[in-house]
Amino acid sequence: MSAGSGAHSLSSSPRYEMVVGLEVHVHLDTATKIFCRCSTDFGAPPNANTCPVCLALPGALPVLNAHAVGLAIRAALALGCAVQRTSVFARKNYFYPDLPKGYQISQFDKPLALGGQVEIGTNADGWPIAIGVTRVHMEEDAGKSIHDRFAGASAVDLNRAGVPLVEIVSEPDMRTAAQADAYLRALKQILEYAGVSDVNMEEGSLRVDANVSARLMGETALGTKTEVKNMNSFSSVVRALDVEFARQCAILDAGGRIEQQTMLWDANSGQVRPARSKEGSHDYRYFPEPDLPPLVLSAEQIDQARRELPELPKARRERYAREFAGLTEYDIDVLTARPATGEYFEQVARASGDAKAAANWMMGEVLAALKVSDQEIENFGVQSSNVAALLVMVRDGALSHSAAKQVFASMVKTGEAPARIAERDGLLKVSDDSALLGWIDAVFVECPDEAKRFVGGERRLLGVLVGHVMKKSKGSADPKRVNQLLATRLET
Amino acid sequence: MSAPRDDPSSLAGLSAADLAAAVARGDRSATQVVEGSLQRARDAGAGRDGLNILLYEDADAASRDHGTSVGVAPGPLFGVPVVVKDNIATTAMPTSCGSRILEGYVSPYDATAIVRLREAGALVIAKSNMDEFAMGSSTENSAFGPTKNPLAPDRVPGGSSGGSAAAVAAGIVRVALGSETGGSVRQPAAFCGVVGVKPTYGRVSRYGLVAFASSLDHIGVFGRTVDDAALCLQTIAGFDPMDSTSRAEPVPDYRAGARSASKGNDFRGIVVGKPKEYFPDDLDSRIREKCDAALEHMKQRGAVIRDVSLPHTGLAIEVYYIIAPAEASANLARFDGVRYGLRIEGHGLRGMYEATRSAGFGAEVTRRILLGTYVLSAGYYDAYYRKAQQVRALIARDFSAVFDSGVDLLFTPTTPTTAFPLGAKSDPYEMYLSDIFTCTANLAGVPAMSLPIGRIDGLPVGGQLIARHFGEQGLFAAAYALELALGEDALR
Amino acid sequence: MSVTLDDVRHIASLARLGLSEPRAEALVAELNTILQHMDVLSEVDTSTVADESITSVSGAAPLRLDAGPPIPLARSREAMAPRMQDGFFLVPRLSTHEDLEASS
Repeated sequence: MSAGSGAHSLSSSPRYEMVVGLEVHVHLDTATKIFCRCSTDFGAPPNANTCPVCLALPGALPVLNAHAVGLAIRAALALGCAVQRTSVFARKNYFYPDLPKGYQISQFDKPLALGGQVEIGTNADGWPIAIGVTRVHMEEDAGKSIHDRFAGASAVDLNRAGVPLVEIVSEPDMRTAAQADAYLRALKQILEYAGVSDVNMEEGSLRVDANVSARLMGETALGTKTEVKNMNSFSSVVRALDVEFARQCAILDAGGRIEQQTMLWDANSGQVRPARSKEGSHDYRYFPEPDLPPLVLSAEQIDQARRELPELPKARRERYAREFAGLTEYDIDVLTARPATGEYFEQVARASGDAKAAANWMMGEVLAALKVSDQEIENFGVQSSNVAALLVMVRDGALSHSAAKQVFASMVKTGEAPARIAERDGLLKVSDDSALLGWIDAVFVECPDEAKRFVGGERRLLGVLVGHVMKKSKGSADPKRVNQLLATRLET
Repeated sequence: MSAPRDDPSSLAGLSAADLAAAVARGDRSATQVVEGSLQRARDAGAGRDGLNILLYEDADAASRDHGTSVGVAPGPLFGVPVVVKDNIATTAMPTSCGSRILEGYVSPYDATAIVRLREAGALVIAKSNMDEFAMGSSTENSAFGPTKNPLAPDRVPGGSSGGSAAAVAAGIVRVALGSETGGSVRQPAAFCGVVGVKPTYGRVSRYGLVAFASSLDHIGVFGRTVDDAALCLQTIAGFDPMDSTSRAEPVPDYRAGARSASKGNDFRGIVVGKPKEYFPDDLDSRIREKCDAALEHMKQRGAVIRDVSLPHTGLAIEVYYIIAPAEASANLARFDGVRYGLRIEGHGLRGMYEATRSAGFGAEVTRRILLGTYVLSAGYYDAYYRKAQQVRALIARDFSAVFDSGVDLLFTPTTPTTAFPLGAKSDPYEMYLSDIFTCTANLAGVPAMSLPIGRIDGLPVGGQLIARHFGEQGLFAAAYALELALGEDALR
Repeated sequence: MSVTLDDVRHIASLARLGLSEPRAEALVAELNTILQHMDVLSEVDTSTVADESITSVSGAAPLRLDAGPPIPLARSREAMAPRMQDGFFLVPRLSTHEDLEASS
């Protein structure tokens, strides 16, 4: 991975440095909501997944989901944070139709975890670039407001209200939009490895807000920041950061001052604009949630979670470098991009006993096939054991490389074992001399001129003749043996 | 007005336990019980144009609540009619919290306390009037008009659970549910001459109790006698997985404990603390005399009376009127016209919110929401809310210190005055002082009870017993003994 | 500390309470009377109170299993809601991003 520290900024002025901190909200992959037993399934009819608790009916009370806590702890540990033995839920008060209680249950001054970091590659001197993680806290999601469905009315769907989230707040450690992008990718990868979320930005299971400021190069104090919201993809985060930074630079260049405010990214226009709000209207009146005692964790619970933490991307990359000789850094990055990709690769490598060939096939045929069919590897119809079997056939000389590609194409279509396909389609390499001699004889009959010249000593025609034989055999002839047999026809 | 309680032929003459036995034997049917209670309600003028005790009645309670209990062993409240405060969620009757904003709202789920009453065989026959959202000490703050004290209809029954207290005082039922945030069961119990119990915080599930101030809210019980109250409380007490603040301590048999402890020299070995802060120099001398007489009864029966001090008592009202409104300002944000309850359209979303909430909430509720919003708002949180929580901790410490010093129970007056005339207290702060002797137990979470200890000019005086956390059994034992010892003195 | 008319307007706005002019003015006096009594707290020595006791409720939050079934509703959402259509709760139209900043 490389973070790309190079300037990728729209700013016309090199005088300023961008300072970015990100707040990332990630859905935790639970079956039920954080404070009630309603399903978290995406796509149910509006308000179908609601109950007295998440509708905020009078008298209903929250009860914390153990699995949400477990996943939040896992996320925090995966980011290198110190999980706090005691954390406290708090009410964040504001009115909005998709916030049924009129407050969000979140964590405020005593969050679940503090002080982690995410590495986003190395700088020019080879040192890792680390982005600090200030805190990780748990909270509930709000519902959805839909503004374009009914004339004159906004529509509220509370199915998402109460879905568990962690909010991951970074330090203002990023200096370019590219670094922010690298941080988001690294974060997404870590969370996917940790198995806490499906981190799908399209379905809203990962959302990003950015705090952006500009300061003169060499300055150490932070400038006034704005908060940029409403970005719905990593690429829009990159664009929005550059646009907002350029806007701030222009103001500063003109001698103006940055107003602390919320900016909304508009993907259609590629612009940011201020959210319509009166300054100072943010007063969330946080106070400890009296319906929930503190979340108290034992040292043993935290240790156990740490022990049970799955292998994380960095450890996997290091292990691949150690275990699988011949893989380049690039190979390893590709193979470890998603946890399931690496697991598939490892199965192929182990079963075939050839890591380099496994890597080549993964990065070539397998990923290409997935891309064509727009599939995730988890749902891939070709079993890793079959890919391994295919590699073994190539290595043992039973299949030529080109025949193997044909076999693989059939495997993708049918999921069948490679030996079966190769046999049925006559793609197995033929090295039986009588069959090969038959094809050679036939070629000599069909191409008497070239045959005569070859026999007469024109050795350079060997390749042409081998090609003819291969063609005649529909690719199944063992070219090495054909070479040898043809060579015996030479009049020396 | 006092006729029903002295009439042994009426149902009101039977204790809740005896009535349950009678219904189980088949001496009376559940239908007869319901009809009898509702008839007594009519006779007492409990309707809206009379004492205004009951807001909603369920004439079908017998078939509804006993409809599914055929073949099930009769529970401890089998066939016992119960009146429930209008802020406890019921599916069979509206739950309006004495507020316009919830007028006509019928809960789609039953509170845990209601479920437990039903499981014990009780018949929930009516919902009682209350100060809007339990904010008040006189039941004058109801959107549906004030409740009048059955013993003196020109006076208040106390509040906020005035309707439930009055329902027991008027002989409609032997037991009723109320709720407490700062004394809303004990104070009306004192004013109406009945027994009122606020259990330990966490002893009775709050699931289904419409929240006023979550860390102070309790469901409490009224009984004609200590035994009635004990039977009702032990029915509804115990851990509830739906309330994260409910506690798993076992529920002892309060009645059996009370009976065995009160044989012979009832108070032998019991140290009763008399906290000086609850007997200030300006305390009504007639109330002081009644308290001293009650203490003398205990002393004669073996109690050691010890002068003690709870030094932070004088700050309790101030602490209470910061914390309770703060929590209320968030708890009442859900009443926004979106999912249930009143909605008044206005200009846009904000207009709808403001029109709905200003039309839906009465003056006292509005005042407390604003007070609570203010003390939580930016710049004031530390001075008010944080400070109040710290002083609250000191108040709780006062109780711990006294109980740790060998004091078993505290005895105090429940209220500084007897029932005051309707309309007598127009200044909010003066009204708040009605809670001066009761709100401490809510702040500390300790159990407390008021029982009748005499009358002044025909108006009941309440004596308060306070115990350590989960010390209900000792509370009931002492109260039962004191009730026996006082005998007819409680009516004089 | 004393509350001004602007303060009352500000907190009423935060609490989404519509107040008439006379009511807002009356509330200034009412709140100041009440808050005056609260000032006594500032004199109290709370140095012995640990920060942890600032939480309202003691103990540890109980945890529940990540499994259904959902809590049933005895009445439909439609029966409770002032305005509902196609399963959605309807509110006065918000321009797409109006108040969006409040929804983070």
